[in-house]
Amino acid sequence: MIEVRGLRKSFGAHEVLKGIDLRCMPGTTTVILGGSGSGKSVLMKHMIGLLRPDAGQVIVDGQDISRLDGRELNAVRRKFGMVFQMAALFDSMTVFDNVAFPLREHRKDLSEAQIRRIVEEKLGLVGLRGVGEKFPAELSGGMRKRVGLARAVVLDPKIVLYDEPTTGLDPITTDNVDQMILDAKRALGVTSVVISHDIGSAFKVADQLAFLYEGRIVECAPPAEVRHSTHPQVREFLQMWFGRN
Amino acid sequence: MRERKVRLRPGEPRPSHAQRKALARLGTALHAFFGTIGHALLRALADLGGITLLAIEVAALAVRPPYRLRNLLAACDAVGVGSIFVVVLTGFFTGAVFGMQLAIAFRLFDAESLAGATVALALTRELSPVLTGLMVTGRAGSAIATELGSMRVTEQIDALATMAVDPRQFLLVPRVLAGLLTGPILCMLFNVIGLLGSYLVAVHLQGISEAQFWSRIQTWVDLADVFGGMIKAAIFGGMITLIACYKGYNASGGAKGVGEATTEAVVLSSVLILVSDYFLTALMVPWWD
Repeated sequence: MIEVRGLRKSFGAHEVLKGIDLRCMPGTTTVILGGSGSGKSVLMKHMIGLLRPDAGQVIVDGQDISRLDGRELNAVRRKFGMVFQMAALFDSMTVFDNVAFPLREHRKDLSEAQIRRIVEEKLGLVGLRGVGEKFPAELSGGMRKRVGLARAVVLDPKIVLYDEPTTGLDPITTDNVDQMILDAKRALGVTSVVISHDIGSAFKVADQLAFLYEGRIVECAPPAEVRHSTHPQVREFLQMWFGRN
Repeated sequence: MRERKVRLRPGEPRPSHAQRKALARLGTALHAFFGTIGHALLRALADLGGITLLAIEVAALAVRPPYRLRNLLAACDAVGVGSIFVVVLTGFFTGAVFGMQLAIAFRLFDAESLAGATVALALTRELSPVLTGLMVTGRAGSAIATELGSMRVTEQIDALATMAVDPRQFLLVPRVLAGLLTGPILCMLFNVIGLLGSYLVAVHLQGISEAQFWSRIQTWVDLADVFGGMIKAAIFGGMITLIACYKGYNASGGAKGVGEATTEAVVLSSVLILVSDYFLTALMVPWWD
């Protein structure tokens, strides 16, 4: 479980997070919605310890990760997988080596044949069997994101973080990515946190929707409840989407 | 800026509008001038502090497992092997032109037999480490800053961290160690090729006696000269890769930021090589003498 308590973060004079409280229950998918610049990525980077809070706590399975040193933090990070907005694949490595990277780093007990079997299985899970020898530059944006997901789940993490997984994708690929998130939850039973400003995808994959506005969570509830929210910013955000669709 | 009222003495003429405007313009220019200098000074101090802290971190991480031999070899290949061609080329022509100039100049004093020894001393003590450093800066330093900067802005460095891999240990330690290790080897290569260039020109084109050329080198050049130059090259190699790592690792702002980081890495490394060379020479002169 991930629990965020009273999280505050400023960059210079600009306060991005102004006291965030959020709880992501095990085996569920929490989608954090919000406009551009609302602090979604900053919140997610705190959840995996890439940023340290100015105040507040980020508790992962009972451990406050904001107080951990580098080595302790790495031990906690092994519970996580993260899918980046632009996939963040290592461009000097092939797709196979990208997906195999976490195994080679953390599973020294595995033989190269076992690594190959696991990598092919994960690439198959995201529908990319047979692209292992290609380099990231040879793939489309959607394929890169799917390789990013295969890499994120290759160690069978308990928690997967998705940073804007559908941004910039066409509707068909967006639907594939949504399905992939649902499959990862069903097949692997992971706790997922998705940050997005794509409301359609959010309603499809979320068990819990949190709406971030000006550095604060102004609404946090299951999708059916959020749809009837009375908060003006949430209503405005939803009306733009549901009015259009 | 708030305007201040100036009280005029009796009989003193009031400054004209044009004079007041010129004074205001001068004030603005001075403010901008000293502001720029102050800003640059603060930035240089921040860089110096950041590079020093990174050097300490890299040293601490280098002795802590996991030891990444494969990454170190790849970095040595990129920094060292990749710089061989440019070092050979510059080494040969530096030695050749130096041999030619000294042979001509020393002939005026009937001292042309000393040309070889002078070239050898200049190469081993100064030219090889400094020019090798500048060549490695241009070739490998810029490549490191660009590669790490690109990895930073495309979140590949964050991705390493999220996979519980220390990006500094994975990316920076091998590169800095590669600079420290390959710097002296490249410097030695520069020495040998430079001496060959000077030998070919001084002996075969300028007609200096071959026996005198080599015997004077044996007389005047000590192992201390060679080792001194190699120590300098190791320091320069470590410094170049450390600065490139610092600038690339901390790059931000997309492609423009990566370009700026690369330029800053090359300029800072080049300047620091020349400045630190003076102080290193001052330290080594008693040893050489």
